[in-house]
Amino acid sequence: MVQAALSSTWVRTVTRVLTMSLLAFAIFGPITNMLLWAVAEVWYFPYKLPLEYGFSFWERVFRPEGNATEALFSSIWIALLTVVVSLAIAIPAGYALARGKMPFRYLIMLLFLLPQAFPAVAVHMNVARIFYGLDLTGSVAGVVLVHASQGLVFAVWIATAAFAAVDAELEAAARNMGAGRWRTFTDVTLPLALPGVMASAIFVFLISMDEFTGTYFVGAPDVVTLPMLLFTSSMEGNYQIASISSLILLVPSVGFMLFIERFLKADVLAKVGN
Amino acid sequence: MSGQSMSVGPGRMGAILLVAPALLMIGFLFVYPFGYSVVSAFTDNGEGSWHIANFTKAIEFYSKDILFTIVIVSLSTVVIGVLAVAIAGYLTLGENPTAVAVLKWLYRWPLFIPFIVSAQLMRTFLAKNGMMNNILTSSGIIEPLAAQSYLDWRGIVITFVWKQTPFVALLVAGAMASIDRTTIDAGRIFGASRLRILIELVVPQIATTLMVGLILSYVVMLSVLSVPLMINAQSPTMLTVDMAWRINSYGDYGVANALGIMSYLFTGVVAWFYLRQSLKDKGA
Repeated sequence: MVQAALSSTWVRTVTRVLTMSLLAFAIFGPITNMLLWAVAEVWYFPYKLPLEYGFSFWERVFRPEGNATEALFSSIWIALLTVVVSLAIAIPAGYALARGKMPFRYLIMLLFLLPQAFPAVAVHMNVARIFYGLDLTGSVAGVVLVHASQGLVFAVWIATAAFAAVDAELEAAARNMGAGRWRTFTDVTLPLALPGVMASAIFVFLISMDEFTGTYFVGAPDVVTLPMLLFTSSMEGNYQIASISSLILLVPSVGFMLFIERFLKADVLAKVGN
Repeated sequence: MSGQSMSVGPGRMGAILLVAPALLMIGFLFVYPFGYSVVSAFTDNGEGSWHIANFTKAIEFYSKDILFTIVIVSLSTVVIGVLAVAIAGYLTLGENPTAVAVLKWLYRWPLFIPFIVSAQLMRTFLAKNGMMNNILTSSGIIEPLAAQSYLDWRGIVITFVWKQTPFVALLVAGAMASIDRTTIDAGRIFGASRLRILIELVVPQIATTLMVGLILSYVVMLSVLSVPLMINAQSPTMLTVDMAWRINSYGDYGVANALGIMSYLFTGVVAWFYLRQSLKDKGA
């Protein structure tokens, strides 16, 4: 009896360890493969590991005029502009949706979800065609607009939740003490909603950094963001540059996601989408 | 007390003005191009009148890819659903705290990784001389000569599952954490196995969340261009690649948009099922 019980626990432990190892391999295997490529100097079939390791590709792409440096800066510049555009639109909209006496409020909230609810490729190729007539294809402005439309639902929904989480009594108190609407907003409402607004800014920044489809149709070949560089170098078989670009794209994604729990408090999170 | 004595927030007119820029943006960058795509699918490349030539051409050229897309996306959705329930279920019902903690730390990683990066990771990992085959041959599971590239439909499914499972598992685990534990405990007392508790007691209670997560993943998989483009762009491939090809190589917006309308329909069908289900739930 005891022996049978022992061996069954033992079998269980082995199964558990095996399953977890398999899962760990499935998750970290591809990432490790990318890390190896990022530091591989020479690696070809049938060798299972790179023949030489080094950073000469890093030097090549990170020279001041290197293509990764340029792509990285243009990605960051576009992402920052996208954040500015999105917040300029989402802060007033979020405030109105949280506080205003809005007709068809539910429908309007749903409307912002539409760009996420339909396959993006089919819409983006037509955006590119419309932009062509407006001279926006191949321009940073065009790419920023496409990125902002992708991020708008997160920007507006999170901003709405952030404003809804601010206690209206505090605003009423400020108004009763003689503060105007604008002053109440800038001195009371906005500072209290700021963590949530920051969270929406981070979301939009990440969406813009990682966006591929819109940039592919609207920006290419003139606007080269990091995902575009990754794509072209990968298609050319230059896995070192593709892997280095991948690694650079991972840093902000992982970093911000670890960081975002500080900004996106539970009280705001509970109100998202309401 | 006097919370409402002085009006807080904008009035009706003010609120509409504040939302207007956001609505304009959706109108200009989504509603207008969406309408444009519909009109283009039924008129472009013809004699200027309404016709369905683009659809017949699209079906004639791409019927294989249409089927391929449906199969890949449906298969991926099913696998994601099963894995997400398994992961979330273990997180909820697992009895070994170490294993639960390890799993909790482990499963989320791909969530943070952008699609284009996932595609690149898999492009190297699943290749004929990629790390997966290297490990399989080194450990003697397969013969070196039997190693084959997985960069075809399997690669697309693997990449989608790898990238989307954590998202659905996260949603489902959240829902499972907030269900009433008494039913689970009751099941335990009556000696039901954990698998049975999961399938018969837990899953029905989180079905709505699971469905929302799967529908969102389904739409995302129909939208993603980078994964099929980088994993498997040769025929048969997914509709997203065909659309990009139709435009970049032929400037043929008519057929590209006809394919686009089909991809709208694929999401439309799922959205309709979802709405019907949620209406039923509310009615019950």
